[in-house]
Amino acid sequence: MAGSTLEIKDLHVSIEDEKILKGVNLTIKGGEFHAVMGPNGTGKSTLASAIMGHPKYEITQGSIFLDGKDVLEMEVDERAQAGLFLAMQYPSEISGVTNSDFLRSSINARREEGNEISLMKFIKEMDEAMDYLEIDKNMAQRYLNEGFSGGEKKRNEILQLMMIKPEIAILDEIDSGLDIDALKVVSKGINKLRDESFGCLIITHYQRLLNYITPDKVHVMMQGRVVKSGGPELAQRLEAEGYDWIKAELGIEDETVEQNA
Amino acid sequence: MTVETKLPYDKDYINEYSENRLEPEWMKSLRLYALEKSETLSMPKPDKTNITKWNFSDFTHAVDGATLTSLDELPEQIKDFLDSEAKQENLVIQRNQSVAFASLSASLKEKGVIFTDIFTALQENEELVKRYYMKDAVGIDENRLTALHAALMNGGVFVYVPKNVVIEEPLHTIFWQEDSKAASFNHVIVVAEENSSLTYVENYVSNNHEDETVANIVTEVIAHNNANISFGAVDNFAQGTTTYVNRRGVAYRDAVIDWALGQMNDGNTVSENITHLVGENARSNAKSVSVGRGKQSQNFTSKIVHFGKQSDGYILQHGVMKDSAVSIYNGIGKIEHGATKSNAEQESRVLMLSKNARGDANPILLIDEDDVTAGHAASVGRVDPVQLYYLMSRGISKMEAERLIIHGFLNPVVNQIPIKAVKDQLTQVIERKVN
Repeated sequence: MAGSTLEIKDLHVSIEDEKILKGVNLTIKGGEFHAVMGPNGTGKSTLASAIMGHPKYEITQGSIFLDGKDVLEMEVDERAQAGLFLAMQYPSEISGVTNSDFLRSSINARREEGNEISLMKFIKEMDEAMDYLEIDKNMAQRYLNEGFSGGEKKRNEILQLMMIKPEIAILDEIDSGLDIDALKVVSKGINKLRDESFGCLIITHYQRLLNYITPDKVHVMMQGRVVKSGGPELAQRLEAEGYDWIKAELGIEDETVEQNA
Repeated sequence: MTVETKLPYDKDYINEYSENRLEPEWMKSLRLYALEKSETLSMPKPDKTNITKWNFSDFTHAVDGATLTSLDELPEQIKDFLDSEAKQENLVIQRNQSVAFASLSASLKEKGVIFTDIFTALQENEELVKRYYMKDAVGIDENRLTALHAALMNGGVFVYVPKNVVIEEPLHTIFWQEDSKAASFNHVIVVAEENSSLTYVENYVSNNHEDETVANIVTEVIAHNNANISFGAVDNFAQGTTTYVNRRGVAYRDAVIDWALGQMNDGNTVSENITHLVGENARSNAKSVSVGRGKQSQNFTSKIVHFGKQSDGYILQHGVMKDSAVSIYNGIGKIEHGATKSNAEQESRVLMLSKNARGDANPILLIDEDDVTAGHAASVGRVDPVQLYYLMSRGISKMEAERLIIHGFLNPVVNQIPIKAVKDQLTQVIERKVN
């Protein structure tokens, strides 16, 4: 099987009656890595949260389909079970729930009842993934994200990604706040998943992440829309020249939406 | 209308009750004095909870329970509190007001450890009981209910650990109110002499969903210099029981008293947990969790009073409220004049699961000394939708996500219960109450 397809069409999203996304079109297929770039406040994170179903965001127009199924009709947990995953920019801290209990519940949520992952297999897989991401083993028994440093939270998101093995993953500024060593480790984890059945949407405003993860397609967002798409060379030009040339080309003066989203 | 709190148990009854148990003369006098006091003292007045219509008079005072020849005779509900693999040692089971089972390991006996029901202790260790019984921790004449407790005391255990004795394995008591009208006027005394250490865990269980009765419990915990007491409890009285429970500790120099209280009663409850840090460098962690459901009304006070210099107190209260349950959480850190360099911290959090439930957290700091540190945090709120979203975004259903958040919220106490079977039991009780 060649993997899943996520189709976003004419997506309009508001938060507290303020319009953030104003018609986003994007299609991600299994095997493809897409990067969405753009300055702050252009709607990138809103796109990620809207796809996953964050309670604060309201879809006012447009559609999202995963393999022909209407994502907007699904509850958040159903979206995950259908194969979507979002590595969040600000993961919640949940006291009293250990990282490993949470991970096991997450894995089992995608499996049929009676077909849960065995404890031995789970521990083995988690140990391997933690080694790969150079995560301290104590983190398994710590409470979910509680007291984690920024870098630990990001690694923990990628740990979940590696263990849950979704069809389509969205990575929301997974590189922010990471030093170069951590960035390499996180990139290594993401690259390990690359195969023809895995699609990925990487949201970032730094080109440096793309030095480690080569995207197949690069999209630039401004004013709540995708205003330019291209190949990896587009990211490189942005790195060298910034965003001003795109603004000039498209006649955009202020690239942000009304609020800093 | 106020409920008549005049009791059917009078001076003659108490005289006879005490004499039948061959109690020492001082105990009988103490009971009679207390009964007299109870007639003039006023009821306790827990902050913001009106208890004037609660049942404190409808109960049966004396109900015996049959002795067990084997623990296999226990119903599953009670058996669940026992680690099936462990040797059943260092265990007392009180059935109604009789000792149904009692065991203390030979090695602890040899070291001079006492762990027995209160009536046996009154016979065999009279002086020790007399030394501690309602002397340093809870007073007879604090209010009408403490006086009634002293007058009608009908069960409990006495724990005594001699100087320098360190006990690794927990001492475990199960108070099983099998009879649906049987009242519990249990008195528990735990004394740790200098440099000693122990862990004590108690369970209260009843099944009186319809019949009404009363639990009026006093627990006195004394940690002498450099002693360490870890006290765990799971209270699980059924809906028909009105509970007034006082658990009080006194910690001397360098002593530690840690509380882990799972307050899972289904009936109306007033619970006070007060620790006096008397000595220099005395410490206490007072952690409690509770779940309110149905129409129950509860009032929890967790208080640490600092007298000793550099004493350190931390209060944690977490409560979950559903249906139309109402709870008040009072957290009180009090630093007396002279207790320099002391630290009083507290955290009270209430999670509301329904719109008809009510919970109040009242953090109070009373400080009579300049050179101290103190802090408090309190919150009342619903399950955070962003936390739910995060868990659900991994495929976990909304129900399961809520369950994880609630269990996590109550975990600070669950994790601290030292007997695995009791811990599992508490987890199951929580499960039953929140779902």
